[in-house]
Amino acid sequence: MATYLEFIQQNEERDGVRFSWNVWPSSRLEATRMVVPLACLLTPLRERPDLPPVQYEPVLCSRATCKAVLNPLCQVDYRAKLWACNFCFQRNQFPPAYAGISEVNQPAELMPQFSTIEYIVQRGPQTPLIFLYVVDTCLEEEDLQALKESLQMSLSLLPADALVGLITFGRMIQVHELSCEGISKSYVFRGTKDLTAKQIQDMLGLSRPAVPIQQGRPLQAPEQPVISSRFLQPVHKIDMNLTDLLGELQRDPWPVTQGKRPLRSTGVALSIAVGLLEGTFPNTGARIMLFTGGPPTQGPGMVVGDELKTPIRSWHDIEKDNARFMKKATKHYETLANRTATNGHCIDIYACALDQTGLLEMKCCANLTGGHMVMGDSFNTSLFKQTFQRVFNKGLNGEFRMAFGANLEVKTSRELKIAGAIGPCVSLNVKGPCVSENELGIGGTSQWKICGLDPCTTLAIYFEVVNQHNAPIPQGGRGAVQFVTQYQHSSTQKRIRVTTIARNWADAQSQLQHIEAAFDQEAAAVLMARLGVYRAESEEGPDVLRWLDRQLIRLCQKFGQYNKDDPNSFRLSESFSLYPQFMFHLRRSPFLQVFNNSPDESSYYRHHFARQDLTQSLIMIQPILYAYSFHGPPEPVLLDSSSILPDRILLMDTFFQIVIYLGETIAQWQKAGYQDMPEYENFKHLLQAPLDDAQEILQTRFPMPRYVHTEHGGSQARFLLSKVNPSQTHNNLYAWGQESGAPILTDDVSLQVFMDHLKKLAVSSAA
Amino acid sequence: MSVNQHTHAGPPYGQPQPGYQGYQQPAYGGQPLPGVPHTQYGAYNGPMPGYQQPVPPQGYFPSLGFPSKGSPVSLNSDTSLAPNFIGSVRALPTSGAPPPASGTSLPSGHQGYSQFGQGDVQNGIPTSTAPMQRPPASQPFLPGSAPAPVSQPSTFQQYGPPPSSVQQLSNHMAGMTIGSTSISAPPPAGLGYGPPTSVPPVSGSFSATGSGLYAPYTASQGPPPPSVPQGLPLAQPPFSGQPVPTQRLPTEVPGFAPPPSSTGIGPSSYPPSTGAPRPPPMPGPPLSGQTVAGPPMSQPNHVSSPPPPSTLSGPHPGPPMSGLHGPPPPTHPPQPGYQMQQNGSFGQVRGPQPNYSGAYPGTPNYGSQPGPPPKRLDPDSIPSPIQVIEDDRSNRGSEPFVTGVRGQVPPLVTTNFLVEDQGNASPRYIRCTSYNIPCTSDMAKQSQVPLAAVIKPLATLPPEETLPYLVDHGESGPVRCNRCKAYMCPFMQFIEGGRRFQCCFCSCVTEVPAHYFQHLDHTGKRVDFYDRPELSLGSYEFLATVDYCKNNKFPSPPAFIFMIDVSYNAVKSGLVRLICEELKSILDYLPREGNMEESAIRVGFVTYNKVLHFYNVKSSLAQPQMMVVSDVADMFVPLLDGFLVNVNESRTVIASLLDQIPEMFADTRETETVFGPVIQAGLEALKAAECAGKLFIFHTSLPIAEAPGKLKNRDDKKLINTDKEKTLFQPQTSFYSNLAKDCVAQGCCVDLFLFPNQYLDVATLGVVTYQTGGSIYKYAYFQLETDQDRFLNDLRRDVQKEVGFDAVMRVRTSTGIRATDFFGAFYMSNTTDVEMAGLDCDKTITVEFKHDDKLSEDSGALLQCALLYTSCAGQRRLRIHNLSLNCCTQLADLYRNCETDTLINYLAKYAYRGVLNSPVKAVRDSLINQCAQILACYRKNCASPSSAGQLILPECMKLLPVYLNCVLKSDVLQPGPEVTTDDRAYIRQLVTSMDVAETNVFFYPRLLPLTKADVDSDSLPAAIRNSEERLSKGDIYLLENGLNIFVWVGVNVQQALIQNLFGVSSFSQISSTLSTLPVLENPFSKKVRSIIDMLHLQRSRYMKLIIVKQEDKLEMLFKHFLVEDKSLTGGASYVDFLCHMHKEIRQLLS
Repeated sequence: MATYLEFIQQNEERDGVRFSWNVWPSSRLEATRMVVPLACLLTPLRERPDLPPVQYEPVLCSRATCKAVLNPLCQVDYRAKLWACNFCFQRNQFPPAYAGISEVNQPAELMPQFSTIEYIVQRGPQTPLIFLYVVDTCLEEEDLQALKESLQMSLSLLPADALVGLITFGRMIQVHELSCEGISKSYVFRGTKDLTAKQIQDMLGLSRPAVPIQQGRPLQAPEQPVISSRFLQPVHKIDMNLTDLLGELQRDPWPVTQGKRPLRSTGVALSIAVGLLEGTFPNTGARIMLFTGGPPTQGPGMVVGDELKTPIRSWHDIEKDNARFMKKATKHYETLANRTATNGHCIDIYACALDQTGLLEMKCCANLTGGHMVMGDSFNTSLFKQTFQRVFNKGLNGEFRMAFGANLEVKTSRELKIAGAIGPCVSLNVKGPCVSENELGIGGTSQWKICGLDPCTTLAIYFEVVNQHNAPIPQGGRGAVQFVTQYQHSSTQKRIRVTTIARNWADAQSQLQHIEAAFDQEAAAVLMARLGVYRAESEEGPDVLRWLDRQLIRLCQKFGQYNKDDPNSFRLSESFSLYPQFMFHLRRSPFLQVFNNSPDESSYYRHHFARQDLTQSLIMIQPILYAYSFHGPPEPVLLDSSSILPDRILLMDTFFQIVIYLGETIAQWQKAGYQDMPEYENFKHLLQAPLDDAQEILQTRFPMPRYVHTEHGGSQARFLLSKVNPSQTHNNLYAWGQESGAPILTDDVSLQVFMDHLKKLAVSSAA
Repeated sequence: MSVNQHTHAGPPYGQPQPGYQGYQQPAYGGQPLPGVPHTQYGAYNGPMPGYQQPVPPQGYFPSLGFPSKGSPVSLNSDTSLAPNFIGSVRALPTSGAPPPASGTSLPSGHQGYSQFGQGDVQNGIPTSTAPMQRPPASQPFLPGSAPAPVSQPSTFQQYGPPPSSVQQLSNHMAGMTIGSTSISAPPPAGLGYGPPTSVPPVSGSFSATGSGLYAPYTASQGPPPPSVPQGLPLAQPPFSGQPVPTQRLPTEVPGFAPPPSSTGIGPSSYPPSTGAPRPPPMPGPPLSGQTVAGPPMSQPNHVSSPPPPSTLSGPHPGPPMSGLHGPPPPTHPPQPGYQMQQNGSFGQVRGPQPNYSGAYPGTPNYGSQPGPPPKRLDPDSIPSPIQVIEDDRSNRGSEPFVTGVRGQVPPLVTTNFLVEDQGNASPRYIRCTSYNIPCTSDMAKQSQVPLAAVIKPLATLPPEETLPYLVDHGESGPVRCNRCKAYMCPFMQFIEGGRRFQCCFCSCVTEVPAHYFQHLDHTGKRVDFYDRPELSLGSYEFLATVDYCKNNKFPSPPAFIFMIDVSYNAVKSGLVRLICEELKSILDYLPREGNMEESAIRVGFVTYNKVLHFYNVKSSLAQPQMMVVSDVADMFVPLLDGFLVNVNESRTVIASLLDQIPEMFADTRETETVFGPVIQAGLEALKAAECAGKLFIFHTSLPIAEAPGKLKNRDDKKLINTDKEKTLFQPQTSFYSNLAKDCVAQGCCVDLFLFPNQYLDVATLGVVTYQTGGSIYKYAYFQLETDQDRFLNDLRRDVQKEVGFDAVMRVRTSTGIRATDFFGAFYMSNTTDVEMAGLDCDKTITVEFKHDDKLSEDSGALLQCALLYTSCAGQRRLRIHNLSLNCCTQLADLYRNCETDTLINYLAKYAYRGVLNSPVKAVRDSLINQCAQILACYRKNCASPSSAGQLILPECMKLLPVYLNCVLKSDVLQPGPEVTTDDRAYIRQLVTSMDVAETNVFFYPRLLPLTKADVDSDSLPAAIRNSEERLSKGDIYLLENGLNIFVWVGVNVQQALIQNLFGVSSFSQISSTLSTLPVLENPFSKKVRSIIDMLHLQRSRYMKLIIVKQEDKLEMLFKHFLVEDKSLTGGASYVDFLCHMHKEIRQLLS
């Protein structure tokens, strides 16, 4: 274990866990003084091709309140065939199947390298995956056509035995029955009326089995699947049917008069989709995939009226409390999302429109259920098409990169308590001894439900050290955390992944340097950012920024080396050196800044920020900038205006956008056509290089980023200019006219100013 | 009960006798009663007795007398016609013997007789008589008939035989006419006929057996017990015999009370033996006795004021009446008058006992006569609808009815005639209860004659008549009066050289628009008078401008939406498949505007059970799409484009859909249905398409599924005859009324086809249909095999018939009267505009007028009915009908220009609406009361003075009692145990939209003796009266009432006929479940089938064919339609009712 960096990386690769602190302060008081809470980023289903799942059930601690899973940290008495739970210290008998264990014949779960292990359990019937398409038909002809093609294409990507269903909506909602021959049949609902699940099921004729039950039980078993299959059919059986049906799909026929928006009943459509699955396949992996091309304009969940002259709410309206539909709509979708989560289904939102589509109100549907949220300009763009295609990507071992209905349980040793989690999950409200009263994120529980997740889905889990200062932990003591994730694998198997980790305790007073050295500033940045975003979602923006600033200052005060009131003396150790910079960019990021972003965009960005893993999150916070020039191989450069040089090509990855920017000179060359001249083939290669790299990123990223190819002076260059640190602006004239970089026309402070200010505040004795 | 017995015993035979005797007596009685008559009578009486003594003559006389009476009638302005009729009739019969007349006369004779017979019946004990007749008829006949049972004709002839009688008759006739004893004449005619009818009664009895006729005589003799047999054998003998009896009677008279009674009984009972028992019953009848009103009979004659028609009258029932009187008249011309009285006396006659005791104490005189006739009224002597219809047909059927003259009474609805529009609307469009309106409201109130017009704005015209011309007045729209907005019509007066016109309704002067100006000729007529339909015709159409359209937008072509119940019952019965199959072809026959290539009407399809299924049948689809709407609580239309389509464009998709619907629901187990949402769905669809239209809903069961408009089974027969009975007719929820309002606002007309297997609450389900101007068709216990044809024919006709949408009708009238009440299938949001979502060519609106000022005789009264509607091609039009009526200051004029059929139409609708709010009993009473008042007013103000015991009916209203009785006995007002609540509600709504022709045949069904049909001609056999005694066991009859056709087969029908008609070899093999007659290649079968086809063509609905075998279970049902008989449910027989009516009138007069 050479460095903490390696340790951290190793741990991440093995367990999918990154802690903000890798040595834990041993008392509550000290922990709070650390400023950055003890927390981790957990990627529960991190891909582990090297980890073959075991085909048996985990062994659980017999204490009813514990039920921790046998793990390598447990003490085992091989002779007595006993094991002691490392969380509650309960001594447990091994089950009979373990009779043969010994020091040399250990089951996998006891081996240290299997701190993360996956069990396959055979429980209950296996139901195929379910995909319910909810399709908006209030689209332009082109869009609809493109969407139809995408949907038809997707049928070939689905698992062969998956069940598919189709709901289309516009002014009305149609639930299509897929099993009928000769005539296409659909149930139609009006878009203005909210219906309870019971009503929906009655109206769809799903509640009918009640009658057969009375008549005779034997009949009932076969009855059930028959009923539900009217709307959800195995894709291999009806793909022709469904392809035709999709082919015949028409734009919503109701006339839209001049100056009006089409009436779009997204709210009820979703409600029906939720109700349909609720009635037929509760607690089975299912995806509701909503494709919408505009804001809901009627019925429950409407976001904007149908008068075009009234624009959809903006941040300005929201601040002025002028968004009249927002609260109601949000409530509607929240209710739906919670129901969906309860049923273990997830909702994807694919929103493609030039204007906003109401993601702000609908975001919880995806956020709470672990569904995807994709925002694009049109269904007729590769952004949507490829993103959608990627939903059905397969992982390294040829399995779909999706899992359903996960239940994440966290167990801690007694010095720790669970403060909460932030991520695409909902609380299961399981109280327990290890649940803290202080909440960070979604707290008050030791279990969360993640209805839809993929190998990248990452949760931030916050802990609280509860050990009292006067009850020191013995030297060398270790705190342990166990993550138990039960989920439905894409193969429909039920699996349990167990990760057990332990970290050393350290006394913050005597061993601060250890703690300091074990600080994971990347994880900490992301964890703090999540907290910030989580607060921003629920509180006012400026407060969050102030909170972040204060935290940063406090951190600097705690871990900085300085002389009082002498900013120039301020130093930060290496393990903290990047953190202020992350915070600087985070403050400017769309996750906390709503300026220049629509509410929908903010929701979209925040959605992804709250579920991506650490690497992606960092990219989001501080985009990566590569420079391509004749001066050398491509190199990462500072995200700074000074990096914008005329003879460079820049490639910026903000996660959401890939921007290729041709410097002024390069752009002129390109216009002059040098790349086409054989003698300038190197120029051609130079132009090509960032494209190739961009392509590589595009191939792997989900959702597919917006791809921007621009040049000096191009209008789209704004994407780059808005991200770089404005080290040169029209304000600092001293830099004006210099050869280095391009000035940014902004009033934003530059990193330099930010740091100066930070130092000043950190060393200030007044603070 | 006792009465009934009596009737049984004597009626048939007895009747005739009674007639004779009774008449004579009546005559006497009659005399005594009225002072005037007395004198005359007195004189007569004198003669009478004398006659009687003369025996032979008398015998004839009676018969003759009747005619004579008739003649007297004729003499009187009122009666004159009748008398003539009578005379002829009698003459015929009697003369029948005489070679010349007999041939032709026979038929007439029959009628006449029959009429007489009726008359007798009445005379006898009204109620009892009828029944009496029947049973007795059969019985007596058998015995009596033995000799000459074979053919009726023969019997007639027998009567005829007595040449002497003939002469006498003629004498009588002469006398009658001469006598001009206006008074006597009339009554006699009526009543007298009755008696004379004795002969007819015979016919009645004949029906049973030829002998019947004789029997009657015998019966008459019967009273004199011995004679019976005689009667049978020889016509003359009987007569002679009769006279004798009469003589006896007189003698008896003294003994009077007893004898008469006995006699009366005897006659009625005919069998003398029975006579004894009868007496008691007689008492029962007493009332009838009073009602005996027999006199009433005479009145009818009176009614027939037109003396000239004497010839015409011949056929009329009137004659019979006179016939009775005849007896007396024979000797003395004046007698007729007596006869009239006699009628009264008849009353006494039967009543003899009662009468004597009561009303006609003075009568002892007649005693003698009464004694003999004592019986009840002879059914043949009371006014016969058949006769009236036949007369009108022969008198008015040949010439076109030219509408130019103001206040003309058109021919009866039963008469085939052509109309020539010369300024007034054809009676096919408008008929009035009276064509002469009282000038003041006082007069109107006094008469109690309702002033109403029955308007059928889109009536179908025969091909010989031209449709209303379409007039286009250009962009400014039709020229109208500035003040009352009446439309330009022939009655507008152009003044000031044609620059202005004065409104004929409100007298306001309006500037003639420049583009419409035209010079006047020297008569003040516009030069272009004949070029402009609106100036020269009574009916025409205007092209409406956009101002007349909803939302100021020209309407889109209407749509038809077919909504099919696909619940278990509908599927299982094969109904769904049937409908789908039929729709495939029927869609090619949607109504088209005149010359258009294809119909502009679009179609849509919906199926439903507990949920609704809409279908997208857009032409571009490869296959139809089904859209299920389960949210029935909040109905909406799930699609816009593709729901309503052009049939030709979407032909293949529609065909595919109709193929698949039965398959899709073949295995359904859904039994519950909704209904409210179905209509809502159709309404919403039309709204979405912004057009008017019609829903065709095929529904099977009570909508109990959870949904708006859900109903519960509230059928409760215990409510009948209670104050709560009205709730059975009221909708159980206001939901449908509100829905109807919305439908009307959108122009959404609902036609309902019901196929119930149990109660489905027609009263509630029909609300929307009713208020939107739609039609209900009901096929209880629908079975594919038997009801298929009927349903499909109805459906075809309903789909194809001409229809207007989104209609508003307004009736404007001259100042002085005002349309105050409306009856029919429509909705009214204010007091003047009749709104109908749809109005087809069969729908009729009855409008009642009341005075709000005085009218003047000079200017008369004008009606203008303006109907604004959207044609089936989506053209907005105004159809205008104008009618000018006379005004009168004399009540007599009013009564002279009435139309009973129209009156009945009004009264029926009035009563049928009344049951919604009042107990049925009260409704019945008020009907009777009103009619009594009408007749009493006539009697008091118009009829020449006569005995109070006489029933005097206005000629134009002489059928009022019989028809009214039919209305009172109808299922709605007097339900039998087998009549379901749904049936009553159904009938109630049905009648409300009926026109005059339909109500006429509905209430007084047409009964045709098929075996009498001439297989070589196109004509229908002459109808006979609706009484069982008219039926002969050896014949086959057809009865139709617009809803059903019964084919009644007597037990003694020749095998050959059965073979020819049914294709089976014997009576017992005839299946009573046949719904059509087998197609057999023989003249008889062809003829019968062609008759049935012809009848179907005349009716707006395809009638259900029911084969009834005599003495079979179904016969009960059939008998229900023999409306002149006492009904099983307590409905009075014609005779009884007439007597009752008479009593009522007398009460009013006193």
